Amino acid sequence: MKHTIAILVEDQPGVMVRVASLFTRRGFNIESIAVGHSEKPGISRMTIITSGDEKVLEQITKQLNKLIDIIRVRDISPQNVIERELVLVKVHTDSLSVRAEIIQLVEIFKAKVVYVERNTLTIEMSGDEEKINGLLELLKPFGIIEIVRTGRIAIARSKKNGYL
Amino acid sequence: MKLSGTEIILECLKREKVKVVFGIPGAAIMPLYDMFGKVEKLPFRNILTRHEQGAIHAADGYARATGEVGVCISTSGPGATNLVTGLANAHLDSVPLVALTGQVPTNMVGNDAFQEVDITGITIPITKNNYIARKVEDLAAIIKEAFYIARSGRPGPVLVDLPKDVQLAECIFKYPDRVIRRGYKPSVKGHIKQIRLAVEKISGSTRPVIITGGGVINGNASDELQKLACKTNIPVVNTFMGAGSFPENNHLYVGMLGMYGQYLANKVTSSADLIIALGTRFDDRITGNLTQFCPNAEIIHIDIDPAEIGKNISVKIPIVGDLKNILHQMNSHIAERKNTEWLNEIREIKQGICLNTEDNDSNLRPKYIIKCINEFFKGEAIIVTDVGQHQMWAANYCQFIHPRTFISSGGLGTMGFGLPAAIGAKIGNPKKPVICISGDGSFQMNIQELATAIYNKIPIIVILMNNGYLGMVRQLQELFCDRRYVSTSLSGNPDFVKIVEGYGGTGFRVNNKEHFSSIFKKAVELEQFVLIDCQIPQEENNFPMVQPGSSINNMIGVEES
Repeated sequence: MKHTIAILVEDQPGVMVRVASLFTRRGFNIESIAVGHSEKPGISRMTIITSGDEKVLEQITKQLNKLIDIIRVRDISPQNVIERELVLVKVHTDSLSVRAEIIQLVEIFKAKVVYVERNTLTIEMSGDEEKINGLLELLKPFGIIEIVRTGRIAIARSKKNGYL
Repeated sequence: MKLSGTEIILECLKREKVKVVFGIPGAAIMPLYDMFGKVEKLPFRNILTRHEQGAIHAADGYARATGEVGVCISTSGPGATNLVTGLANAHLDSVPLVALTGQVPTNMVGNDAFQEVDITGITIPITKNNYIARKVEDLAAIIKEAFYIARSGRPGPVLVDLPKDVQLAECIFKYPDRVIRRGYKPSVKGHIKQIRLAVEKISGSTRPVIITGGGVINGNASDELQKLACKTNIPVVNTFMGAGSFPENNHLYVGMLGMYGQYLANKVTSSADLIIALGTRFDDRITGNLTQFCPNAEIIHIDIDPAEIGKNISVKIPIVGDLKNILHQMNSHIAERKNTEWLNEIREIKQGICLNTEDNDSNLRPKYIIKCINEFFKGEAIIVTDVGQHQMWAANYCQFIHPRTFISSGGLGTMGFGLPAAIGAKIGNPKKPVICISGDGSFQMNIQELATAIYNKIPIIVILMNNGYLGMVRQLQELFCDRRYVSTSLSGNPDFVKIVEGYGGTGFRVNNKEHFSSIFKKAVELEQFVLIDCQIPQEENNFPMVQPGSSINNMIGVEES
């Protein structure tokens, strides 16, 4: 089963290596990892998507907690949080009609065209994994040149079930 | 007043009450060693070992024998990588160490400079934490934190990498009063509700067994453990790492548990209905086949490291915290009990066991050697071992009645640990006799430390159990590979007596019982470094033992009537 793990870490060099090394060494799976500054100076927030049964999850949480640079770890349930991922995708546009068709898809998905060239369109979209995969699936027949995804981030819906 | 980086390091070591450092200088750590020479009086002893691995094992032996943080120093590059085995060794056995390594100047870091390695990167998985001091202003706080983290909670090794320019730079020295890390707050007090549950569970059990681990020793909880056992009359088994935590001369002591443990201990533990596991991590050498481990028992697991709970085995009542504190609370809540029936049953099991350990000929055998040591020191000596058959003989036959008297590489099983660790143990306990039990294979893995021991006049007795083989592997080849002794014969061994004499020490060779007794007595009286090369039968085995992957209830080399 997939899990979203939210982590607060000291904003210090080497923290990513420590986390990644722990996952590798203990054979835990990382599907995606995203990190950035938090609202507090000196603290970064990491979101890791991993999979495993309850026992594995317990070990992941406990082993992460042992790292000195890690301040807090929580396995957050998808019901209580909003999850987003950002994708940038570059697609072939051979003709005007193709371009129009793609732009129509972009509108339906509430995505955005961020760059246009004679033969390509670059599209930006954020959303949950399902929605992003949906758009990419529909763009595939036009010929996707490049996909860049950020990995998932998550935030609690309310203060009450705030994740950290 | 401004101090240089090296003055700061020196001041920090002084404030942490460091009594001895072990190490070897080199280009990148020259400023620190130079400072050792500049000060009028060095506040600690500075021991030059002959290999960095020797330095870290010596610091490790010192830490295990004293309970204080061991300190070792090396230069950058190969000096630092030579510490790697020692760090892993200390990490797996939870030994508090601080390793200081030199590093190339900060402006050269990352350029593959001469003797540059990313030692913090290399040692992430085998240290409790590590640091690179990038600015002299951070140095004092880093060293303070390193010592705090090494010794608090579940102890472990911490490495501090010291670029050369940082050692030479200057700043105002300020030593922090305390360490505040929001990501590091080891829990000390056990949850009172859990403690009550455990007490209830113990009272309701009919066949309880206490298993002790290294955590009892690290947590200085031996007295509380004895109180608990004696108040409730619960039998105790020590794990290998727990040897010495519960006195073996107590009537409640059953034996050592595990793959090379004692049959009675394995048998009794297997038939328990309640396991009270104290500071132990259910290592595979203890549990054998996990699915068949204590099939009828519920488990109370007390440990300071929450990650150990539920890692290998499902636990009924977990308690996280400091063992001394938790046992003290348990003792004040728990009721006295006699346990007569269960103790009688154990006595009956014991009477039914027949071990094949006849020792009637004049051959010098390990059991006899250790019997002499026991008779002479009565558990008051510190026994340090290397790794292999001799280690298991020592663990099984030596009598341990005090914590910190059995010093051995448990988790990593590091051959070459014995001699340097014995040096460290003796420096930490100058008044206690220190015996290093080693094998001809292990001893040659850090044989250069003979110079350290003999030059510094460190009176250790090395009992070299010489069977001309890498004996533990040979035994496995005999049992499981139809005696194909591939790469285990040590033909080409040196004359160990001559080697010791070459370093200026005293050595003897013995090959029969009588000779050993008289030489051993002489060695003790000499009060100097002595090696006794004991020629033991080449194919002497460690029995009984559990076959890898088998249940601990199922041992080879034992008969039951």
